[in-house]
Amino acid sequence: MNKFLNNKIIYFVVLAAVLLLPFATDALLGRGWVRIVDFAMLYIMLALGLNIVVGYAGLLDLGYIAFFAVGAYCYALTGSPHLATAFPMLFPDGLHLSFWIVLPMAALLAGGFGVLLGAPTLRLRGDYLAIVTLGFGEIIRIFMNNLNAPVNLTNGPQGISRIDPIQVAGVSLNATQEVFGITLPSVHLYFYLFLSFTVLVVFVSHRLEKSRIGRAWMAIREDEIAASSMGINTRNLKLLAFAMGAMFGGVSGTLFAGFQGFVSPESFSLMESVMVLCMVVLGGMGNIYGVILGGLMLALLPEVLRHSVVPLQQAMFGKTVIDPESLRMLLFGTALIVVMLYRPAGLWPSRVRRRELDTDEVAP
Amino acid sequence: MEIFLQQIINGLVQGSVYALVALGYTMVYGILGLINFAHGEVVMVGAMLALSALTAMIGWGLSPLLALPLSLILAMAGCMLLGYGIERIAYRPLRHAPRLAPLITAIGVSIVLQNLAMMIWGREYHAFPQLIANQSHHIAGAIINDIQIIIIIMALVIMLALMAVVHRTRLGRAMRAVAENQHAAQLMGVDVNRVISVTFMLGSALAAIAGLMVSVNYGLAHYYMGFLLGLKAFTAAVLGGIGNLRGAMLGGLLLGLIESLGAGYIGDLTGGFMGSQYQDVFAFFVLIAVLVFRPSGLLGERLAERA
Amino acid sequence: MTALLELTGVGKQFGGLAALNRVSLHINAGEIYGLIGPNGAGKTTLFNVITGLYQLDSGKFHFAGQDYQSTMPHLLAQAGIARTFQNIRLFANLTALENVMIGRHQRTQAGVFGALFLNRATRTEERASADRARELLRYVGITKSSQTLAKNLSYGEQRRLEIARALATEPMLLALDEPAAGMNATETESLKVLLHDIRATGVTVMLIEHDVKLIMGLCDRVAVLDYGRLIAEGVPDEVRQNPAVIAAYLGSDNE
Ligand SMILES: Nc1ncnc2c1ncn2[C@@H]1O[C@H](COP(=O)(O)OP(=O)(O)O)[C@@H](O)[C@H]1O
Ligand SMILES: [Mg+2]
Repeated sequence: MNKFLNNKIIYFVVLAAVLLLPFATDALLGRGWVRIVDFAMLYIMLALGLNIVVGYAGLLDLGYIAFFAVGAYCYALTGSPHLATAFPMLFPDGLHLSFWIVLPMAALLAGGFGVLLGAPTLRLRGDYLAIVTLGFGEIIRIFMNNLNAPVNLTNGPQGISRIDPIQVAGVSLNATQEVFGITLPSVHLYFYLFLSFTVLVVFVSHRLEKSRIGRAWMAIREDEIAASSMGINTRNLKLLAFAMGAMFGGVSGTLFAGFQGFVSPESFSLMESVMVLCMVVLGGMGNIYGVILGGLMLALLPEVLRHSVVPLQQAMFGKTVIDPESLRMLLFGTALIVVMLYRPAGLWPSRVRRRELDTDEVAP
Repeated sequence: MEIFLQQIINGLVQGSVYALVALGYTMVYGILGLINFAHGEVVMVGAMLALSALTAMIGWGLSPLLALPLSLILAMAGCMLLGYGIERIAYRPLRHAPRLAPLITAIGVSIVLQNLAMMIWGREYHAFPQLIANQSHHIAGAIINDIQIIIIIMALVIMLALMAVVHRTRLGRAMRAVAENQHAAQLMGVDVNRVISVTFMLGSALAAIAGLMVSVNYGLAHYYMGFLLGLKAFTAAVLGGIGNLRGAMLGGLLLGLIESLGAGYIGDLTGGFMGSQYQDVFAFFVLIAVLVFRPSGLLGERLAERA
Repeated sequence: MTALLELTGVGKQFGGLAALNRVSLHINAGEIYGLIGPNGAGKTTLFNVITGLYQLDSGKFHFAGQDYQSTMPHLLAQAGIARTFQNIRLFANLTALENVMIGRHQRTQAGVFGALFLNRATRTEERASADRARELLRYVGITKSSQTLAKNLSYGEQRRLEIARALATEPMLLALDEPAAGMNATETESLKVLLHDIRATGVTVMLIEHDVKLIMGLCDRVAVLDYGRLIAEGVPDEVRQNPAVIAAYLGSDNE
């Protein structure tokens, strides 16, 4: 058998499967599940962003969802009628900036917050970063909840709704569209948009991993003192990792706001940060494919639980004793402990593939 | 002026609680160089255990004056067991693992405790029964009640007792030896594992007391109360100089004061733009400021360097 | 000869303990310089000071035309001091090749842009960096696959991998903390040859070693530390006769 040909076949099969995924899901499980898959893609992007911080550079960021929130609120504010309530004179109809203009701005803003937060902490021991990010996640939520008075900026706990749908080449993704005679419902359109972004994020992660920068990050992760003794400016490189992770978070956040059309502080709780962390840890810190696997598994888990645990309990006790939400968090917490104790490299450790190949090739 | 005095009183009460919790962080950090993220949840479990015990005992017709100390002891015992278990399960196996590992298990433990508590005690706020006639006293226009006085005095006594334990007893000597140099302590015949276990248990006992104090003071307990409290107590520990017992007490009291004065005056300071709902952000800015300007904290030595 | 490294009254305190007590010494360009002394004498501390891991409490040192008092490790590495560690500090979960390529970090340029777009300059640099790293692996005598994870190498190989990684930074001064510790006689012998080779390429070598025989046979000059003080410095034969040195070694229960 020709190994090269084999790889190519596998590659095309995977590609076709991914491209057909929304149709298959739609046919087999219903349209609601396509939406769930869309959300899973968002989580995968988030997890890949966090993977740069945790997996490559070994920095524990416990408030990662805050950067997601920054991105989401960026687009929610500038892409909805909401600013009309805050500044009726300035924006009588709201701002309604194009998604594609907000996207880079949100990424930069999230990255900026990352730098602001990382600069004071990254020269200290890693634990401080963990705590500070944990606090930051909470602070952002306090601001989102309370910045509705005296000027109504965030609309408080109610959140901001009626966010403009994302448009690609003038076509709104919120309506069913015909492309080459194929009918694509909105959730399918978003799937392909998110897929493109995910591919981009995977590409960026992959290139970074195999670069001088990526190696320096991993050196810091493995042994910071040795890394600095080899001439690596550890503070700057940690800051870079942290800021890049934050940017990924910001990008996912804008996508989320456009997709959902609605944002509120509730979506950005600590539990979400923990969930993303869990995806990275469970899948395998530092390994892109492991992280994708982790993201997919954990994004689908709540749905699976909802559809299994509730009926099961109903059948057994006649009522819901443990709600699926807390069961999910319980599972996440347990998974973090068990994985770190028994399988610290995750379900899909990053070196397996490398050792199998065992060639002397460096850059692709 | 009355407002000022009132905020000082509130700050001291809150600060005493922070100080007790901060001691737990600082003791573990001093000995293991590890931030015990789950410590805040131990406080919550302490409060919940005390609440359950108290409710049950009062239901049996026990006098509140007997039920209160009994339930405190029960909560302390429960938390000590919990602290011991946390260390054994989540930290000890990872003592020589990369730094990231115990941090992640600690987060896991927090999440598990929080959600278990939610399953056991529900999502709702529990009203803490009013047990003693809580008289208010007026001093120069400000009000302080019996419970607040008890909290301040109790915290003070406990802290002094802890200092005595650490500086006067064999156990304390062993703790300090392990903190100084684990390996050397071991060579000198100190049972390092036992000392670490005891440290966790001591910290957890303090956490239980703090948990009861907060709940009695506010009359409320909630499965989520440990998170923010833990975060703030950690800030207090850093402010005082993490690893330093006196620092934890000082940091706790200071943070309590900063918070309550800040919340009292933030409206004036920002021209009414921000109100007391921003109380919780002060701790965060204090934390950042300390890390920028004096990462070793007020009483801490320079962060240990090791190579 | 000119002094490449010169310490003047360097002091380092840990609590009440003076790990280094007004140490003054100099190392000439091109020599192999040995640092010996009983356990706990302050040898590793001295390395940590000149590589920026510890900030010194008093005195200063001078390296390659510049005075240092407090500085960061990566700046000293860039200035040309590279080191190995007494208790091996490799990047355990990275391959041998990657370990050495990380040593190339400070002599290469590529940033995020290069990483993402893999432009010609980046590709050339990466290839050169990998080639050099492989060359260094061979040079120090690591024959296993360059894709072996550092943690899976034998003890002796790990020590040599640390040397390769340090050499990859293109140092003027190579500081080795007990490089022969745990090596058998054959390995020690080949280490000796390697160090001579390295010196022949123009790199100044400074090493801490417990094996007095190795030091005496290898070094041009030797310094002896005891309780943080420099008690002798000179050519090996001289130092060996020094009564203070003899006393220090007899007085301590190791070696
Ligand atoms: N980071 C540190 N904190 C406290 N004491 C230290 C530290 N590093 C070294 N020491 C002490 O300094 C002395 C010298 O140690 P070291 O330089 O490692 O000795 P050597 O390498 O000569 O065996 C020892 O007593 C050691 O315990
Ligand atoms: Mg040494």
